[in-house]
This record gives sequence, structure tokens and C-alpha cells, in this order.
Amino acid sequence: METTPQFFRHGPGPLARLLFFALLSCLLMAEDLRFKYFPELRPTIAIIVFPIQKLAHLPAQIYDEIKVFLDSFHVLKENEILRQRYLKDREQLLRLRTLQTENKQLRKLLGAVKQIESETKAKAVLAEILYTPRDPFSHKTTLNKGSQHQIQAGQIVIDNKGIIGQITQVYPWVSEVTLITDKDHSVPIQVVRNNLRSVISGAGKNNELELRYLSVNTDIQTNDLLVTSGIGGVYPPGIPVATVTEIDRNPADTFAKITSTPIGGVDRNRQVLILSLLPPMPNNPAETSEIDAENY
Amino acid sequence: MTPKIIDEEKLSAHNYLGQDILAPAKRWYVFFSFLIALVLNFLPLQGYALIIRPDFVAITLVFWCVNQPQRIGMSFAFFIGLMMDVGNASILGQHALAYCTLVYFALTFRRRLGIFSLLQQAPQIGLMLVIMQVLMVLVAILNTANFPEWHYFLASLTGTLLWAPIAYLLALPLKLKSDPNAL
Repeated sequence: METTPQFFRHGPGPLARLLFFALLSCLLMAEDLRFKYFPELRPTIAIIVFPIQKLAHLPAQIYDEIKVFLDSFHVLKENEILRQRYLKDREQLLRLRTLQTENKQLRKLLGAVKQIESETKAKAVLAEILYTPRDPFSHKTTLNKGSQHQIQAGQIVIDNKGIIGQITQVYPWVSEVTLITDKDHSVPIQVVRNNLRSVISGAGKNNELELRYLSVNTDIQTNDLLVTSGIGGVYPPGIPVATVTEIDRNPADTFAKITSTPIGGVDRNRQVLILSLLPPMPNNPAETSEIDAENY
Repeated sequence: MTPKIIDEEKLSAHNYLGQDILAPAKRWYVFFSFLIALVLNFLPLQGYALIIRPDFVAITLVFWCVNQPQRIGMSFAFFIGLMMDVGNASILGQHALAYCTLVYFALTFRRRLGIFSLLQQAPQIGLMLVIMQVLMVLVAILNTANFPEWHYFLASLTGTLLWAPIAYLLALPLKLKSDPNAL
């Protein structure tokens, strides 16, 4: 073997290499899904990937600039419409403010617990969807704001109509949003019509959400509006999530099969708003003791 | 056992010998091709364009493995797979495993593919792409994902259709100026 010239040496054969790399990727997948020993691995690779993503985003950016330039001819008309809408919204805002003060007074009269209001570091930021993967398995998108813009994991992402998702991974300049249509993502909601509370989860399909574990005789109808209930302290209350589109009440099953469509443009919009983090909830003594028990 | 009779019209020694010999690619050219492929894979597309977009990185990998296997190895495929995983927000290692398997098939069948013309190669490349996608589906299902809808596999079809033009374009700068068979 030692007499083999350098030219003919190729190292291990393709099959051996394949087995090695297959093993390596299986280990990586197990690490990524279960153990998470190296949380820095993903952000490190993301630093290399980011310039490429930015480059890929360039054509869309140029298109936007041209569109803005062309739109500038209609600015006067648009300005007028916006001013009218502003006045209309202003009226509602004023009413909201009086209602807020009234609410505070009433709470004081009733002796209810004061709503906790404290400043958090993360603020509401306007962001743009940088990239949607062609991956039917993970319902995630990438936004063009990251930890450099004070984005934190856990912030809620909405558009002008309703909730889109929640930020789950933050890189220096970009962040990942898990959409509400993701299979592992749930939102606490309530039905506007009758204040029925439940939890809605993604169905793992585009534009479909599931209300699981509601019994067959639950009072729910098609076209019911579902908004966030604010329970759990992650989602602010009252933001539209979905409308019920189909109810299948099969008496043989324990639960009704309720599908609904998200209101926010989960797979459509480019511009989104990242909401500021809600102030942390006071600890629930029952929950904390449970977590402590798990840790020890 | 009778030896297989080769249809002279489809595969002839003359055609095989008449194929272009490619100059060895420069390292920067290989990297540049992958950069373009990654950018194409990361383009912010929506709707139908997103559904039919082929995996350009996979096609580029197959091209280099078939034509100049000494330029890139499986480690390169593994690393570019990791980059796709991070960019795609999928499980770390999913694309890496798929690309390594693709490279393995391309390396194994590269001599066989070499005797075919680009158009004849396309269905065989398509089969490799389908195997790669099936592997990715298997990994995702292990992670309790739903089976994707049928149009997920359209990417393999468009990849098959685009193989000949992409391979032609990639080989264009490598063609020798003078005819090596002249003399």
C-alpha cells in the first residue's frame, strides 16, 4: 500500500463516506430535536447563511423600491384617504382611553387586582418576511429583524388583520417565526360570540387550524370569530386569530372535528409587526412547585 | 447467458467519443456555482413559484459529482446541507443527510451517466432527486410531521426538466476552445 502514488489515493470509498456522514447527520438530528447540547451551532451557521439570504432578498427589495417610487404619484390621494381613516380611528382611540380610565375606576371600586404594567426591553418593531422555506414540514418563516434590533424569542408577530405566529429563534440579524399553522404551536383563544375558552392548534397544513378536544355538544358555529384570550400571558388578549369554517359533529366520536382558517395572512403578507413582550405574569405557586419538583 | 445487445442508434461509441471534454474547473467557479444555487434556493417566492421551484443546490451537487468528482466531496455536500437546514429552519441534518445520499448515488452512477447525453441523463437524475426527497419526508415523519401533499414532489419533476439546461450552462465556461479530437 505504501508504494501507491499520491495520485491514486482517494481515501475511503463512497459507501464508507456515506455511512460516516449519515451517522453524523443522524447524531445531529437527535441533538437538534432532543438533547440540544450545542445551542450555538445553529446561530454560527446562520452567520454564514445570512449574507446569502440577504443577496436572495435583493430582487424583492429592488421591486419594492420601484413600487414605492411608482406609488409616490398617488401620494396625495392616499394621504387624503389615510387622513380620513386616521380621524375615524382617532375617535375610537379616544373612546378606548375613556373606557380604560373607566375600567381602572371600576376595578378600584371592585377591589380587583391591579393590572400589572411594567416596561419590557423588547419593543414593537415593524419587520419584513425575508424568506419562506419550501418545506411542508415546518411552518416557519424568517424575518429581517434579529437580536441586533432587540428582538427576543417569545414575541408575537401580527399583521393588519390578526395573529401570524410567534418568534422562536433569534439570530443576530434575522429571526424565525413559528406560524400558528405549525403542528406544535397552540394559541389560547376564546369565541367572541359566547366567550367560550379553548386552545387552538395548527393542523400542519397551510391555512388550517384545529380546535381539538371540544365535545360534540359544544356551542360553536361556523363563522364564529376566535380571538386570543390572553390566558397564559404570552398572547395579548383580543387579537383575532381565526374563523371557524367547518364543524363535523360525529356522535360516534367524543370530540367534534372543528377546522378554522386563520384571519392573519399567514402565508401572504410581506410586512408584519412584532409586538413587544408582555410583562411577566406573577408566579403561580402550584406551577412553580411542580417545576421545582421536576428539576430535582 | 447472452450478452446484452446495445442499440447502436441510442448508444454508439461514436457519440460517446464525440462528447466534449471539460477543462478542470477552477475552485472559485465551483464555489460561485453553489453560491448562485443557494441564492436561487433562498429566493423569497410565494404560491405556485414556490411549489415548483426545484432544489438548485441538489442539481448543482449532482452536476459536479458526475462531471468532476474530484472538485467536491461528501463533506462539502454535508456542510451545504447544514446551511440549507439553517436557512430553511428545518431539522439540523435533514438536508445534510439527503445531499450526502444524493452525492453517493451520483458518484456511484457517474460512469454510467457519462455515456448518455444530457437529455438521456435527465430521467436518471430525476430518480435520484425523488430518492432524496423521499429521504427528507422519512426524516420529517420520524419527527411526527404529516405526509406532505403530492405537489411536494413536483420539485423533482421540475428538477428533471431543468437538468439539461442547467448542466449545459454550468459546463459552458469549461468547454475547451480547441477541438481535442482534431488531428
